[in-house]
Amino acid sequence: MTMTVSRRQALAAAAGAAALPLVHIRTAGAAGKLAVGFWDHWVPVGNVVMKKLVDAWAAKNKVEVTIDFITTVGNKLQLTYAAESQARTGHDALAFVLWDVRNYQSSLAPVDDVVEPLIKQYGQINPVIEYLSKIDGHWSAIPSSSGTQYKPACARLSFFKQAGFDPEVVYPAKPVHTTESDGWTWQKMLELAPKAKQAGLPFGLGLGQTTDSVDFVGALFRSFGAELVNAKGDITVDSDEVKAAIEYMARLVPHLPSDIYSYDDASNNRALISGKSALIFNPPSAWAVAVRDNRPVGADCWTFPNPSGPKGRFVPSLPFFWGIWKFAKNQSAAKELLGWLCEREQVETLCNAVSGYDIPPFLSMADFEIWAKVEPPLGTVYNYPIRPWHNSVPSIAGYPAPPEIAVQMYNRATLTTMIGKLTQAGQSMKQVIAWAKDELEGFSR
Amino acid sequence: MRRWLSRRSTVAFLMCLPLIVLIGGLVIYPACYAIWLAMLNKHMTRFVGFSNFAFLLRRDTFRLVVFQSCLFAVSAVMAKALIGFVLAHLLHAIPGGRQRVWRGLLLVPWVVPLALSTLGWWWLFDPSYSAFNWLLARVGIAPVPWLGATGWARFCMILVNTWYGAPFFMIMYLAALKSVPEQLFEAASIDGAGFWAKLRFVTLPMMRNIISITVLFSLIVTFADFTIIRILTNGGPRDTTHIFATYAFEVGIASGDIPLGASVSLFMLPILAFASIFILRGVARRDRDMAAA
Repeated sequence: MTMTVSRRQALAAAAGAAALPLVHIRTAGAAGKLAVGFWDHWVPVGNVVMKKLVDAWAAKNKVEVTIDFITTVGNKLQLTYAAESQARTGHDALAFVLWDVRNYQSSLAPVDDVVEPLIKQYGQINPVIEYLSKIDGHWSAIPSSSGTQYKPACARLSFFKQAGFDPEVVYPAKPVHTTESDGWTWQKMLELAPKAKQAGLPFGLGLGQTTDSVDFVGALFRSFGAELVNAKGDITVDSDEVKAAIEYMARLVPHLPSDIYSYDDASNNRALISGKSALIFNPPSAWAVAVRDNRPVGADCWTFPNPSGPKGRFVPSLPFFWGIWKFAKNQSAAKELLGWLCEREQVETLCNAVSGYDIPPFLSMADFEIWAKVEPPLGTVYNYPIRPWHNSVPSIAGYPAPPEIAVQMYNRATLTTMIGKLTQAGQSMKQVIAWAKDELEGFSR
Repeated sequence: MRRWLSRRSTVAFLMCLPLIVLIGGLVIYPACYAIWLAMLNKHMTRFVGFSNFAFLLRRDTFRLVVFQSCLFAVSAVMAKALIGFVLAHLLHAIPGGRQRVWRGLLLVPWVVPLALSTLGWWWLFDPSYSAFNWLLARVGIAPVPWLGATGWARFCMILVNTWYGAPFFMIMYLAALKSVPEQLFEAASIDGAGFWAKLRFVTLPMMRNIISITVLFSLIVTFADFTIIRILTNGGPRDTTHIFATYAFEVGIASGDIPLGASVSLFMLPILAFASIFILRGVARRDRDMAAA
């Protein structure tokens, strides 16, 4: 039997073959071996469920997947990127945190073909995620729900009710906007802070060098419209908004614990869990540990958005990503697996496993039932994800500065240092602004 | 070939080769690579010579880091040397088996992994639940912000480093003391020398070399310390406890500017190298003098 191929068929086949490398074809390329480094979840069952999901995908797609769970404790994850990117070998894909996508962008394979279809399917993505991972119009990493968190207020109901502000009424565990929630402002917090200190429960708001301190101060600055560096990269630290934000903190600091300057990311948790603080800004990990170790305190907690300022309400967001190395041997399978893990069903499975700690990257996924079911008290973390009626915006300290400058402001804790210089070291506002200007000029090199 | 292989120098070289390869791979190559990195621009795409170092010298925060590193290293090494010297003399005076027990006990801080012992100290200094503050409260003294105020935080990091490092000095000085011939002390006693005279004219001259080498070694290690500051203060409050290693980590790894981080970490290299040459030359000269005598 002879087969004849027409000129038209030959052209069509050639065009198809030529297009092959330009598009990521789902399922077709997924095969062989794959090594992925996931974030070692602080909720141990999170790792178990992640492994189950990956095993199920691997069996279905006939890919041999090796998983490592790498902790962020002691910056082990960051040291892993540094080593693998220099050696150009290691995992195919790794979990990335915060600014690390930007830091390693030149070594990461673009993943537009994974993220864009997900956005089409699930709608708006957390803007902080976009700010950190969409570089020059291209996605450099895939947003991961595993580890992604907000840091809203976690408050003691008994104190707040006594002080005339009932979080269960202001932010109830149902889809409703209350007029009282509009009154949850930084000014209101300033009124409550002395009462909390008097009651022996000062608010545990750190001014240290670590992320919890930087994140909450970053959200506060944004709600005052205070930008140290604008989106174009101009240094704008000498502004009325920046001064107003710092002056606000100068008024608040006397009502906070005396040790706030040495707070690390565990200090605020301990303050809440031990029953020594009426409010912290943190994901529900502090509440979960309180339920385990000091149940009366845990059962007295309620999570709700941060206070608002003149320019709006901002909730600190700390996103995690999955990045695929350019030198990865099996990029196709990595994209396949990680894209699949971003689908609603898998995201919800992971979120349920960790009692709602993980925040989905897509705002449309804020309707998982887990947040209404978690207790005690029932509905305590209902308002942990940003709901449409919260009128809140996810925030990251340093925004809207160009990320290569913002990352340094964030990691060098410029915001908390500025406040510390005024409130602890006794420097004048002029000196503080001059110091910040000098630092920012250095960051802009 | 057989003749070449049977030469003593060839055998010695071959036996040393694994160590040479190890040092080359784990010390010389990373050091050269770090120097290379320190001379690249932020994105590691262009050679910029020494401009990273020049940039650092213009920054107030980096000048603060230089001051803090020197304060930390010099204070801690002086304290360790002094405490080690005193402990060595006290131990030397204890007779027989009891000396072994005390020696073992005093070496514990140096033997326990530093990260673990520092964590223990951190719990003692903890901002909210300091055990020291609990004790102070028992006697009516107000709590001390051990890690939250600049002066106290610097004191704490020097204290922990001294606690960890003093046993090393102690054991080295004890070994040196044991090697001083007893006849010298006896002769000094016959000449009417008291404790201080013996210390000045016998002990110290006989220990000069070991003192120089331990101080040099400890100075290098203390300048490069990372664990204590990372665990106790993470550079805070307000950057006032950062030293070279912690600042290099913040700039290089955490903030993604690896060339600048490498420059920070290499900053002390020429100064320490100069100090090493100076001190080791002194040691060699004294050795020659003693051999000639």
